[in-house]
Amino acid sequence: MSTVVTPGLFSQADVTVSKRTSYLLGFFALLVFFAFGIFGKAEPVAFQWSKEGDAIHLPDFIVGSNVVGIVVGSLLAAASVVSFLLARRRRATPMWITVGTGLTAVVALLAWIAAGDTIPFAFILGNAVVLAVPLALGAMGGIMSERVGVVNIAIEGQLLTGAFLAAVVGTLSGNLYVGLAAAMVGAALLSMVLAAFAIVYLVDQIIVGVVLNVLVLGITNFFYSQVLSNDGMHTNFPGTFDIMPIPGLSSIPILGHALFESRITTYLAYLIIPALWFVLFKTRLGLRARSVGEHPLAADTVGINVGRTRFWWVTIGGLVAGLGGAALTIGAVGAFGRNMSGGQGFIALAVVILGRWHPFSAAAAALLFGFSIVLRIWANQVSPDFPTDFITIVPYVVTLIAVIGFVGRVRAPAADGQPYIKG
Amino acid sequence: MKLELRGITKRFGSLVANDHIDLVVNSGEIHSLLGENGAGKSTLMNVLYGLYQADEGEILLDGTVQHFKGPGDAMAAGIGMVHQHFMLIPVFTVAENVVLGNEPTGPLGTLNLDEARKRVREISDRFGFDIDPDALVEDLPVGAQQRVEIIKALARDAKVLVLDEPTAVLTPQETDELMSIMRGLAKSGTSIVFITHKLREVQAVADRITVIRLGAVVGEAKPSESAETLASMMVGRAVDLAVTKHKPKKGNIGLSVTNLTVVGDRHNKVVDDVSFEVHAGEVLAIAGVQGNGQTELAEALVGLRIPSSGTIHLGELDITHSSVREVIDAGVGYIPEDRSKDGLVGDFTIAENVMINRSYGPPFANGLQVDFASRDRITDQLIKDYDVRTPSRETLAKKLSGGNQQKVVVARELSRDLNLLIASQPTRGVDVGSIEFIHERIVATRDAGKPVVIISTELDEVTALADRIAVMFRGRIVGIVDATASRETLGRMMAGATA
Amino acid sequence: MSTTTEQATTSRVNSAMKEILASGASRAVLSVFLGFVVGALFMVFSNDAFLQSIQYFAAKPGDALGSAWTAIADGYAALFRGSIYNYQAANPVAAFRPITETLRFAGPLIAAALGVALAFRVGLFNIGASGQILFGALWATWISTRVTLPWGIHLIVALLVAILGAAAYGAIVGFLKARTGAHEVIVTIMMNYIAAGILTFFFRTPELLREADGGGTPKSDAPAVTAQLPVLLGPEYTLHWGFVLAIVGVVTYWWIMERSTMGYRFRMVGHNPDAARTAGINVERTFVLAMAVSGAFVGLAAANQALGARAGMTPDIDGTIGFDAITVALLGSSTAPGVLLAGLLFGAFKAGAPAMQAIGLSPEITGVVQGFIVLFIAAPPLVRAIFRLPAPQKTTVVADWWRGIFSRGGAK
Repeated sequence: MSTVVTPGLFSQADVTVSKRTSYLLGFFALLVFFAFGIFGKAEPVAFQWSKEGDAIHLPDFIVGSNVVGIVVGSLLAAASVVSFLLARRRRATPMWITVGTGLTAVVALLAWIAAGDTIPFAFILGNAVVLAVPLALGAMGGIMSERVGVVNIAIEGQLLTGAFLAAVVGTLSGNLYVGLAAAMVGAALLSMVLAAFAIVYLVDQIIVGVVLNVLVLGITNFFYSQVLSNDGMHTNFPGTFDIMPIPGLSSIPILGHALFESRITTYLAYLIIPALWFVLFKTRLGLRARSVGEHPLAADTVGINVGRTRFWWVTIGGLVAGLGGAALTIGAVGAFGRNMSGGQGFIALAVVILGRWHPFSAAAAALLFGFSIVLRIWANQVSPDFPTDFITIVPYVVTLIAVIGFVGRVRAPAADGQPYIKG
Repeated sequence: MKLELRGITKRFGSLVANDHIDLVVNSGEIHSLLGENGAGKSTLMNVLYGLYQADEGEILLDGTVQHFKGPGDAMAAGIGMVHQHFMLIPVFTVAENVVLGNEPTGPLGTLNLDEARKRVREISDRFGFDIDPDALVEDLPVGAQQRVEIIKALARDAKVLVLDEPTAVLTPQETDELMSIMRGLAKSGTSIVFITHKLREVQAVADRITVIRLGAVVGEAKPSESAETLASMMVGRAVDLAVTKHKPKKGNIGLSVTNLTVVGDRHNKVVDDVSFEVHAGEVLAIAGVQGNGQTELAEALVGLRIPSSGTIHLGELDITHSSVREVIDAGVGYIPEDRSKDGLVGDFTIAENVMINRSYGPPFANGLQVDFASRDRITDQLIKDYDVRTPSRETLAKKLSGGNQQKVVVARELSRDLNLLIASQPTRGVDVGSIEFIHERIVATRDAGKPVVIISTELDEVTALADRIAVMFRGRIVGIVDATASRETLGRMMAGATA
Repeated sequence: MSTTTEQATTSRVNSAMKEILASGASRAVLSVFLGFVVGALFMVFSNDAFLQSIQYFAAKPGDALGSAWTAIADGYAALFRGSIYNYQAANPVAAFRPITETLRFAGPLIAAALGVALAFRVGLFNIGASGQILFGALWATWISTRVTLPWGIHLIVALLVAILGAAAYGAIVGFLKARTGAHEVIVTIMMNYIAAGILTFFFRTPELLREADGGGTPKSDAPAVTAQLPVLLGPEYTLHWGFVLAIVGVVTYWWIMERSTMGYRFRMVGHNPDAARTAGINVERTFVLAMAVSGAFVGLAAANQALGARAGMTPDIDGTIGFDAITVALLGSSTAPGVLLAGLLFGAFKAGAPAMQAIGLSPEITGVVQGFIVLFIAAPPLVRAIFRLPAPQKTTVVADWWRGIFSRGGAK
C-alpha cells in the first residue's frame, strides 16, 4: 500500500526518448501519401459543409481524392520529421501532434472512400455526437470512479440499467423526465452495490463489475421478454425528448447543426464534461478525490475519509452513467431493446483509458468511437465494397495501441483498483 | 503542549501490539521512543494519530482526554506525524501536498493555490528548508520529501510532532540536518516524539528516552546512559552480537565484479562503476545507508537487474548477462532483503516454498510432474536441520513467525550446493534467537570455503560477520576496509568520505 | 518495463481472488440455493395469476400463496423437464433427451471456463474468452469448409487449428502484458471486438468464408461432414463428441494445476510474482505461456462451436459463452471438479430454456438465477451474513474434504 520512495537521483544516465511515435507517424505518412495519394483515385470528392436550408450556406469544397491524399500525406511526413527531431533532442512528441495527425489521416481516408461522391460533413459529425453522448457519459462515470481508485467494469451494467429504467419508467409515468431521474437513480444504486462490495467488503472490483453486468443483463433480459415484449405499448413506448435547437448557436456554419440542435441528454453531457473537469482539477473536492485515488493512506493521514470519498464519487458516477443509459433510449430511439447497451459500457471503459482519465480527452475519445460507427454506416452506402468491419475495429486497435504504451505512456491513478485496508 | 498516553492497549486478533503503554512527553521536549523493529512503536504512534483506535487506555493533551476517530481529529488537536513511508502524493506539487485536507479555498470550493504556495514559502523560509512549492513531489530527493512532510505537519499548527524512523532513508549529513531541525522545533515549543531503533541518534538528540519491547514499556532512560545499557533494555538481555568465528581461510577468487554500472527505474545510475572481489571462504559485507544502491547491486548480482556495463564473474564463469535461473543453477544462493515479498510465497506451504527455485528437475521434479514424495522428505529434513518451528510441512508460509520464515529461506538456499551466497539484510525483523542461528549458518557457509556477500544497513551485523567491509554511497563503493575499522571510519565512509 | 504496475495488478487480482478461490464447495452450494430462491421470487412477481390474486390478498390469501407456489413449481419443473428428465415425454428416447442436451450445452461452457480458471490461478483475468473462441473458430471453420481432407484427419486438423488459433490469440494478450505491462482486462476486451470484426469480415467476404450462395449477411457454410464432431449417442440425440473433449479438458486441467511443475509455477506466479522472479522463474514468459494454455482450453470451446455445428455459422458463434465462462469459473472456484459441476449447472439452464418457454415463462429467468448465483459467489461476506457463517479462517468440514480430495499441499 505504501509507496516506496525511489532513492534520490544519483548521477543521471542517458535518457532515451522512444522513437516509436515518430516511426508510427512516418508509417502513416507513407501509407496516406502512396495509398490515397499517388496510387489513389483521381475522381473529385465534394466536402459538403452545410445542409439545405441553412441560414449560412457554405459552398461544397470539391477537390480530387488523390490530391487530398498527397496533401495530407505530406503534412503527416512533416509531422513525423518534427517528431524525429524532437526525439533526437530527447523530447517527447506533444499529444496534439499525434491527435492532429490522426484526425487529418481520417480526412484522407474519407476522401479516398468517397472518391466521385460527396462527404456530408454535417451529417457525419451530427450523428457521431449523438452516438458519442452515451459513451462520453458512461466514461465520465468511469472517470469519477477510477479517479478515486475504484475500477468500474460495471459501466455496461449502468448504461443498461439506465436505458431500461428510462424507457420503462418514462412510459409508465408518462413523463420522460421522471424516466430520466429513474435511470440515474437506478444506475447510482448499482454503483452503490459496486462501491459497497469494493470498499466495505474488499471484493475484487473487476469481479464485482463483471458480475453486476451479468446480473443486470439477466434481469433486463427477463423483464424484456416476460413483460416488455408482451405489452410494449404500455410498458416500453416512451418516445424521445424533443430536439431543441439553441437559438443562434445552431446556425453556426458546419458545427451548428451537429452540436446545437440536439436533445437535452446531449446538452447535459456538454455541461457535465467541463463541470467534471472543473471539480476534479480546480476544487478542493477534486484534489481530495484524486489524492484518494493516488495514495489513499496518505489521504487518510490528513483526515480525508477514504471510504466515504470513494463511495460517493462512485455513486455519483453512477448517476452520470445512468444518464448515459437514458441517452440510449429516450435520448435517441425511444423504446428499450434487448441488451440495448450491447457492449457500449466496455467501449466507455476504453474511452476512459484512451482519454487518460481526463474529462476532455475522454470526450474526444468518445467522439472518435462515435465517428467510427457513423463512418462504417456511411462508408457502406458510398462504397459497398469497402471492408467496413475494419473501420469498426479501428477504435479498438487505437485503444489497444494506447494501452500498450506505444504512443506515450498511459498513467492510471496509482491506487486504481486497490482496496484500501485500514489497520 | 504536553502529551500523555495512559495504559494504551492495542490488539490485532490474538497479537497484543501495545500492552498498557504509558508515555509522557513534555512541552518543548524531544522524547525518544526506542525499540527494536516490531516492538510496537509504530502501532502506538498510529493509535496516537487516530489511524488505529486503542482497545484500552486514553490519550491526554495538556491534561484533557482526547477521542480521535481519525487522523483529522488528531491533527485538529495539534498532532503532526512524519511517517516512515512518506505520506505524499507523488504526482501532486509540494503546495498541493501541504494543503491537502486543509485547503485554502475561494468561492465554489475552488482551490486557492496562491495561498497554498504562500504557506509553504513561509514555513520553508522560517526553517531554511529551501523547497519550491511548485515542484512535483516525485521529482524531489528523499531528504527534501521528508522536509515537505515536516512542512505539512507544521502548516497544520502541529504542537506535537511525531517522527517515525525518520533517518532510515537519510545519509549521515541529512540526518545531522534533521537533528538540528528537530532541536530548532523543540526550542520553539514543539514537543517531538522521535521513534527509532538507532542508539547513537537517540543519544545525540533526545531529552528523554522511553524503551519499549514486545509491545510494553521496559523503562525510561537518560541519553547519558551507555549504549550497552540501552541496547540490553531494547532486546531484553545482554547483547552479544559478536559471532564466534575463526580466521578466514581464503581460497581463490570466488566472485569478481568489475566496473559494474546499473541504471535504475528512473534512468539514474543506481550502481555506479562498482568493482570488488570476494575470495572463497571470506565474508565481504556491503555497508551503507539504505537506498545507496545496495539493493540494486544485489539484484544485479543474481540476475534480477541487467547491468548497463561492467562484468560479473563467478569463478571463471561470466554471469553478467545470465538470467536469474542460470545464476541459480550456477550455484548462487540468494537471501533477499524482503522475504515476504521476494523470498517466499506466503500462500504456499513450507514444502512448496522449499522447491520454488528448483522446480525444473530432480530432486523436486520427475519429468513434468512434481515429485511429491521426494519433496516432502527433503522438507521434513530441512525443518529438522534448521529448527523451523511449525506444526507441519503443510503449514502456509505466511502463518509462520518472521524468524521461522527466514529460516525456511535460509534452509532453502543453504541446502543447495553453493558457489556463492548473497545475503541481503539476513536478519531484518527476526527475533534474537533466530538471528544467532542465522549468523552461525552464514559463518558456517564461509568456513565451508564459500564466498559470502552480506548486505546490511546494521553496522553491528556488518562488523560481527564481515572479514572485509565495502561501504556504498550514492551507488559507488567509497572504499573497502578491514573488519577491524572503527565505527567512526565506517560512519564517515557512509557519508561519502573515501577511506 | 513497468514491473510496478504489473505487481500492483497481479496482487490486486490475487488478494480478492484468494477468498473467492478458497471458498470451497459449501459456499458454492449455498450461493446456488440462494440464486434459485431469488429466481423463484422473480417468477412469482412476474406471474399473472399471482399478480391478480395479490390484489385481494387480504380477502383470500390462499389464492396468492397458491398461485405463487404454482408459479415456482411449474417454472422449476419445466427447467427440470427441459434439462434433466422429461417425465412427460412420449417415449424413453425423448425422456432422456434433456440430459443429453444439458451435456451438449455444458461442453463449451466447461472448456472455456477451464481457460478462464487457469488464468485466474496465475493471477490473470481472462475476459477474452469470447475473442479467443471467435479466433479459434475462424480458422477451424476455414479448415472445415475450405479444405478437403480424408475422414478422421480432417476433424483432427480442424480441432488442432481451433485450439492453436485460440491459444495464439490468448498468447498475444500475455505477450502484450509481459512486454508493456498493459492490463490484461483492457487488452482482452479490445481484442474481443477486434476478433469479432475480423471474423465478420471473413464471413462476409465470398473469397474467404462466406457461404456458397449466401446473401448479404455474413454467414459461413456448414462444416464438411468429415470435419464435424460426430454424435455421441446415436442419431436420436444431438449430443456430440464435444462434451468428451470438455471432459478430457477437465482431467488435463486437473493434472496441470495439481500435479505438474508447470502448474506449480503458474500458481507461484499467481500468488507472488516477485518471489517467483527471484526464484528464477521468467514471470513474463509465464504470463505468455499461461495465456496460451488458457487460450488452448478456450479453443476446445471454439471447436465445440465450430465443429459441433450442423448448419452454417454466423459471427455470433461464440454466443454468450465468453462471459458465461467467467461465471462458471467463479462458481467452480477455479478447480477442475468445481468447473465441471458449475458448467453442468449452467448447461442445464441453457437446455431448459425451450421447456420453460413452452409454459409461458421466459427462459431468461435462468439469466437472473445465474446472475444472482455469481453475485453471491463474488461476495463472500454477503453469503456469510445471510447464513451467519463463521469468518473464513475456520474452514468447514466440507471445504476440508473438498480440498483433501482434489488438491495436494493445501495451497490454492
